[in-house]
Amino acid sequence: MTNAQIQWVALQTIVVKEVRRFMRIWAQTLVPPAITMTLYFVIFGNLIGPRIGEMHGVDYMSFIVPGLIMMSVITNAYGNVASSFFSNKFQKSVEELMVAPVHPLTILAGFVAGGVARGVAVGLIVTLLSLYFTSLEIHHVGIVIGVVIMSAVLFSLGGFINAVHARKFDDISIIPTFIITPLTYLGGVFYSIELLPEQWQWVSQLNPILYMVNTFRYGILGVSDVGVAVSFLMMSVFILVLGAYSILLLQRGTGMRQ
Amino acid sequence: MVPALKVQGLRKVYGNGFEALKGIDLEVEQGDFFALLGPNGAGKSTTLGILCGLVQKSDGVAEVMGCDVNSDSFGARLSLGVVPQEFNFNQFEKVEDIVVTQAGYFGMSKADAVARTEYLLKALDLWDKRDQASRMLSGGMKRRLMIARALVHNPKVLILDEPTAGVDIELRRSMWEFMKELNAAGTTIILTTHYLEEAEQLCRNIAIINKGEIVRSTTMRGLLAQMNSETFVFDLQAEVSSDFILEGFESRVVSPDSLEVVIKDGQSVNDVFAALTAADCQVRSMRPKSNRLEELFVDLVNGGAS
Repeated sequence: MTNAQIQWVALQTIVVKEVRRFMRIWAQTLVPPAITMTLYFVIFGNLIGPRIGEMHGVDYMSFIVPGLIMMSVITNAYGNVASSFFSNKFQKSVEELMVAPVHPLTILAGFVAGGVARGVAVGLIVTLLSLYFTSLEIHHVGIVIGVVIMSAVLFSLGGFINAVHARKFDDISIIPTFIITPLTYLGGVFYSIELLPEQWQWVSQLNPILYMVNTFRYGILGVSDVGVAVSFLMMSVFILVLGAYSILLLQRGTGMRQ
Repeated sequence: MVPALKVQGLRKVYGNGFEALKGIDLEVEQGDFFALLGPNGAGKSTTLGILCGLVQKSDGVAEVMGCDVNSDSFGARLSLGVVPQEFNFNQFEKVEDIVVTQAGYFGMSKADAVARTEYLLKALDLWDKRDQASRMLSGGMKRRLMIARALVHNPKVLILDEPTAGVDIELRRSMWEFMKELNAAGTTIILTTHYLEEAEQLCRNIAIINKGEIVRSTTMRGLLAQMNSETFVFDLQAEVSSDFILEGFESRVVSPDSLEVVIKDGQSVNDVFAALTAADCQVRSMRPKSNRLEELFVDLVNGGAS
């Protein structure tokens, strides 16, 4: 058996294991985001939305749906890899991988694929729920798929790095609580940055999540606060940087090898 | 034939400055059943950790079946199965899934992995527990699960780091039989254990490590032959006074009806019986004070026997 064949089987094994993990605990992984997003649809879309009126030429419910779907994808991709990899470290079961002939790139790809799978699964659930409240017409399928996958990959990498550096369970909730959640809420999920004073529009443009949310919104509604090409370029650069750093951590065995 | 394991000048200095290994040399032939013994903190687990890629060496050479653990780590890992001291599997996963998943990490097809897992779980008496979450298993079952996991890719070399710790006597003996069968089938086994009787029963060669240095590496038979004294306890029919001394022997009264006697080179148990008879002491029973290897081990790690 060649090394490439070993890596391919190992990759499939990690992905199956990761998917099995979040499916086994579906009540913790798939149900809570569905409930939270349904509440957002009811409160912001149905109750408050009609009083707000249109935004970017569409009704408020239609405006927030893409942002809420993307928010689900991002937070679940991140959370899946952060909790799964840290749990592997905590229980020392990461040693199963360390003593096997599995390349660091295969390990990373397996965990990231697991994160993407959960992000997309939750995104689909939220999308299906949103259809109860509004209708969705996808303007650019390719952009929708591309931005979802790239955002999920990017935040899975972030979750992985967080898990490698984490020493206790608290450490994997600090970044989501203090960085990802504020950036997501300020990333144009609920409003267009056109509503902000000019200097705050400039500050908002430093927020990478703004680009993901708006590019996804563009793919669905055809309206956006930012350029699509810039958004894809930014995501590509972030993926390359975080991916290279993650590989470096695995090669060094940071937090895993003494 | 390349050695199963080869270690030369192996050093490990941890981040806190502690030198766990001070340049050890070790070689284990293919097919051997090898004991690596030493007190807690001697460097056993560090050595094994370096061999299986969980500990980064500071200096020296470490090879498994001719593959360097750093420059050809994939080759080394393909040849090696590891049963660590601590439980290191996902406590929430099912027994069967843990073993099948490990097979996947070694590139085994799903069909082969499932078949091999079934064989191993049956051989290790875990088949009935295959659908249970691993956290539900007893300590002995968890140890056997780690053995099944380590063997799933059919490694040429198996490292067992205290595999029978916390396992009851009956189960320990059945595990010994399993290990003997594995070794007879050609698997090289490296064993660390605190049960010296286990090492004496199973292993043909032995290395004793203490404070990061190999203090003896030889055959088990050769080591035991070096014993220049052995202590026996004689239970007597009648009580003796506390200052009783057996003529011609180093002896000590342990309790009023129990006498400890050291038999040195050139002396025999017959001589002890003769001396006891002469002292008008009748012997009810006798036993070695401790396992023979245990006495040598204590002597060696305390810097005694040479």
